[in-house]
Order: sequence, then structure tokens, then C-alpha cells
Amino acid sequence: MRIADLLDFAWQVVRGYRARTLLILLAMGIGVAAVVAVTSLGEGARLYVVNQFGSLGTNLVIVLPGRSETAGAMPGVLIGKTPRDLTLDDALALKRSHAVRRIAPLIIGAADVHVGARVRETPVLGSTAELRDIRGMDVALGRFLPEADPRQMLPVCVIGARVATELFGSKPALGEWLRIGDRRFRVIGIMARQGESLGFNTDEIVIVPLAAAQALFNTEALFRVLVEAKSREQILYAKADVEEIIRLRHEGERDVTVITQDAVLATFDRILRALTLAVAGIAAISLAVAGILIMNVMLIAVTQRRREIGLLKALGATGAQIRMAFLTEAVLLSIGGASVGLAVGQAIRYAAVQLYPAIPFQAPWWALVAAPTTAVITAVLFTLAPARRAARLDPVLALSRR
Amino acid sequence: MIRLTGIERTFAVGDEMVRALRSVTLEIPQGEYLSIMGPSGSGKSTLLNVVGLLDRPNMGTYELDGHDVTGLSDDELARVRREKMGFVFQFFHLVPRLSAEQNIELPMVLAGIDPAQRRQRLDRLLADYGLEDRARHRPEQLSGGQCQRVAIARAMSMSPPVILADEPTGNLDRHTGKEVMAVLERLHHDGGTVVVVTHDPDIGSRAHRRLRMIDGAIISDERGTGANAWPQHDRSMTET
Repeated sequence: MRIADLLDFAWQVVRGYRARTLLILLAMGIGVAAVVAVTSLGEGARLYVVNQFGSLGTNLVIVLPGRSETAGAMPGVLIGKTPRDLTLDDALALKRSHAVRRIAPLIIGAADVHVGARVRETPVLGSTAELRDIRGMDVALGRFLPEADPRQMLPVCVIGARVATELFGSKPALGEWLRIGDRRFRVIGIMARQGESLGFNTDEIVIVPLAAAQALFNTEALFRVLVEAKSREQILYAKADVEEIIRLRHEGERDVTVITQDAVLATFDRILRALTLAVAGIAAISLAVAGILIMNVMLIAVTQRRREIGLLKALGATGAQIRMAFLTEAVLLSIGGASVGLAVGQAIRYAAVQLYPAIPFQAPWWALVAAPTTAVITAVLFTLAPARRAARLDPVLALSRR
Repeated sequence: MIRLTGIERTFAVGDEMVRALRSVTLEIPQGEYLSIMGPSGSGKSTLLNVVGLLDRPNMGTYELDGHDVTGLSDDELARVRREKMGFVFQFFHLVPRLSAEQNIELPMVLAGIDPAQRRQRLDRLLADYGLEDRARHRPEQLSGGQCQRVAIARAMSMSPPVILADEPTGNLDRHTGKEVMAVLERLHHDGGTVVVVTHDPDIGSRAHRRLRMIDGAIISDERGTGANAWPQHDRSMTET
């Protein structure tokens, strides 16, 4: 039997039993659509997180005071106070590493910001001019912190767009003075709107020179040091250098934690990928269910078409030909179902994108390949038994009227 | 040439063993027009199925064109059926979703004959059986006589030397039944072996050789020109 004829024969069957065909298309379609939709959501979440990390800056190495004794915990968060502070001198010393391009020491605190009678509590960030390049920040108006000795306490600040509108209303904020605690700062720049990145909204912060922040919060200790490596390949060297420099400065004690953005990113990437796989696996169960449905429907078909099978045998069809006829039918049905499923899955993805434009929903390529493949393989596997039963039918009994 | 020797066929019906064929020995030369008659349950259909290689005897040997086909595997039997046997059934057994043309084409499709050649044979068959204007109709749109003509055309599509008809007129009115018999007799006239199972004496008596069966055994084997049949053509056919 020629392949074209086999396909044609199966096609006639698929067309001949409309209700049955629709039922199988539906079952297969739901399975494939579920896999595609669910993995789209998972992949969307993953890409969202990856992009969020990406917006932190590139080739980033982050130095935290304190050292985690157990894996996983963020020491600064858990311990609060560490035996030895991370100081500005420590930060500046990091510039000696050849792998380091620039550094930005950070102090973060919350303070009341006054303009006339208006008060707003905002996060206040103390840093240096290099922060802008490391974090890839954009200034909409004016300028960022000036390049100056970080120990010098300049009375200037850069404010987030939202802070500007809330404190100054429609009046121009640039060049105006504001008061943080008991100190006055002149607004020299307004940040461009960037929105949230990792729970940290640059629209809602006030950035002051590091020395000013030290004075405001009455502390020498740095919250973080952001280090930018010279290239992606240099990240590991930078990390090693940073650890070594701080260890030497801290009398041989490793009392800081150095994390690379890559490592954090890779972890999130892994977690979310695993999550996507897991939900895809759950969705794939519906494919197995569809397979069982196919088996049932095929078993019924073997009974219903008993006489036809007997006839084909009388006309000289071999067992293999009968088996192939049923398997081809299953393949056609599953390909049809998979196509329907892919289309519906993409439609769901499209709808999700319309609802949440911020998250890049996108079915991963492996799901687009695996879902239809699984559908076809399941259909074939579950048709093997019915097809075998058909091939083994005794033609005399099959043709008899009973 | 069909040669059956000592064929036994028993079925288990519940606890009982039913002997459907009791040591049947039969020789059918190529080109013979043979009818098998007998009451229901006499084993005539079983005999036809054994001759048509649809059923296997429990004992005895079956020689077809000088080859022993008793021990062939199912797939080998299928191939022999495809090449040498044409079946015509009481209930036509047309595939309902396929057109007349597609039904006729089935054996050729199963045999893997290429479409161009199939088309050629198909056109000839449609013309031979007066089905040209019914080619694209489905069985439900055809009359009983047309259905049986389609079935005969299908049986003939591989030009088998043997035609086996099981109650070919059983589901047709008298007039149409006669028409169908005329078609079958034309096949015999063209040199084919035609075996007809029937319990209608009018139909059975047309054959040149008439077997009568009771309880699985052949009780009479008459020869002679049938009453209404075509005149005997005494040409010995070369075996295909």
C-alpha cells in the first residue's frame, strides 16, 4: 500500500466520522494548548525576572558587609550589624583591581524630605557619580551627582521624577532647594522615569553624595558596594580580587559577601525554568488523558468498523496494512489536534500579553516542539493496542452479520 | 484449479463442538460455474470461506493451482486472496464513507498499484458494470442492484481467476437478482471460476455443477447445463 493511499484512506475515515474526529481534536487540542499556554506564562515570568536583573546593570559584582555562615541567607538582612563595617576606604581600594572598571559605594536610608510645608518620606541613597554608569540610570533634567572626591560633602541632590512632582508640583524643581533632616540640598538633576527594578523604584528616591548621606544617617558603614567588572569574562576575576582586597584590609578576615549578578541571575533562571518544566509536565498529563481517550475511541472504532476490517482482509489486506491504517489515522488526528492546540495556545498567549504587557509571555521553543511531538507519540502509543486488535480480527467472524 | 482433500472444520459453540465441514473432498477446475446449496447451517458458507482462504480448516489439505496453501501464514493468505480471489457478499459490504469508485479501487489500493494504472482499470470496470454515472455516489445513494454491481466490480478489480459469491442475490428482489446473476455468469463466460452459495433453487440450478450440502457434508454433486444458464463454453483456461 502506497503512503499516499494510506494517508488518503485515513483522511476518508477522519472526514467520515466527524463527531469522533472533533472529540479527539478537542482532547488533543486542550492538552497541547495547556502545555503551550502554561509554558508561555512560565517563560514570560522567567524573561521578566531576567530583564529585571539586566536592568540593574551589566557585569555587576555586589559587595555586602558581613558573611553568611549558612548558604543562601543574605547576611546583611539577617544579622543586621556585622562585626566590621564596610567603609568608603574599602570601596575605594577596590579600584586597584585590574578587573574592576568602576565602583559605586551605597548608603541607603529613609528620611523626611521637606520643601516649604510639604513633607514626604523617601528612601535616600548616598553614592557617587559612578552609580549612574553602573546602574545605567538616565537623567531627564539637569545633571547627575558631580564627579568629586566622595569624602566631600556637596549640598546637592538628584531626585526621582515622582518625588519632583510630589514635592514641587508643577513648578520647576531644578535649582530649587529642599531639606532632608536638618540639611539643605540644591536639586541639580531629575531622574528619567524608569519604573521599578527589583522592587527598587528610581522614580521615588533622592540621591545625595555619599558623604552627605554618611552625615545624614550618622554612619560610616556602607550598605553595599556596586562593582562593575571590565567585561563579562572579568566578572570572576573581579570577584576574586574584591574578596582578596577586602580580606587584606580586614586583617585577613573574610567578612564580606560578594555576589555576582550572573550567579543570582543564573539561580533565578534555573528556578523559573524548573518551575516552567514542572507546570508543563502537569499540563502534559492532559495529553496522556487525551491519549487514553484516543485509545477508547479507537477501540470503539474497531468494534464499529469490524465488518469493514473483515472486508479489507477479504480483499487482501495484511495485518500490517490494517495496523498502519489505524496508526495513520491516529497520526492524522493527533497532528490536527496539535495544530488546533498550538493555535489556541498562541491565542491564550496573545490574550495574556494584552492583559499584562509588561511580562514578555512567550512559549519556549522546546515546548512548541515537545507538545505536538508528545501528542503524536501518545496518540500512536495508545492506538497500538486497538490497531493490533483490529489486525487480529478473524475475517469470517468480522464479516458475519452478528 | 482448486483441490480440497479431507477438509474438516469444527467450531466450538459453548461446550459443544460443531463440525461445520466433515471430510470434504472437492476439486474445482479453472473456469467452472459451481453452485453450493443446502439448508442454513449445512456448512456451505464455511466451505466457501475455506475455499476463499478466509477460514482455515482444522484438518485436510488445500491445493491452489498446484501449491499447498494449508500452511501459509495470515499475511501470505492475504496476498493470495488479493491476487486470486474475488468476494461478493450478500450484504455487499461496501465501505459506506467511500464512493462507488473508491470502493472498487480498494483491492488495487491495498495491492499498491500506482494511481495511473488504477485509473485505467477503474474506468474499464465502471464501463463494464454500467456504473459510469454512479462513480462518485456513495453506497447509500445506490440501489441494491447497483451496490452489488459495485461489489462485483470491486471483486474483479484485481482480475482474480476465482469469484466467490455468498448469497449474492439474498438481499435483492427477483429481477435485480437475475441481473446480478447475469453479471456473474458473464465472468464465468469470460473464463473465471464462479462459485455461488445460495439457498434459492432457481439461482442454484443455473450453475453447470451443483453441490448439495447437509450437516457439513457434500451429499450430491450434479453436473450438466443449468436450466437458464449460459451455454457451456468448453474452453479450458490457462491458469493465472
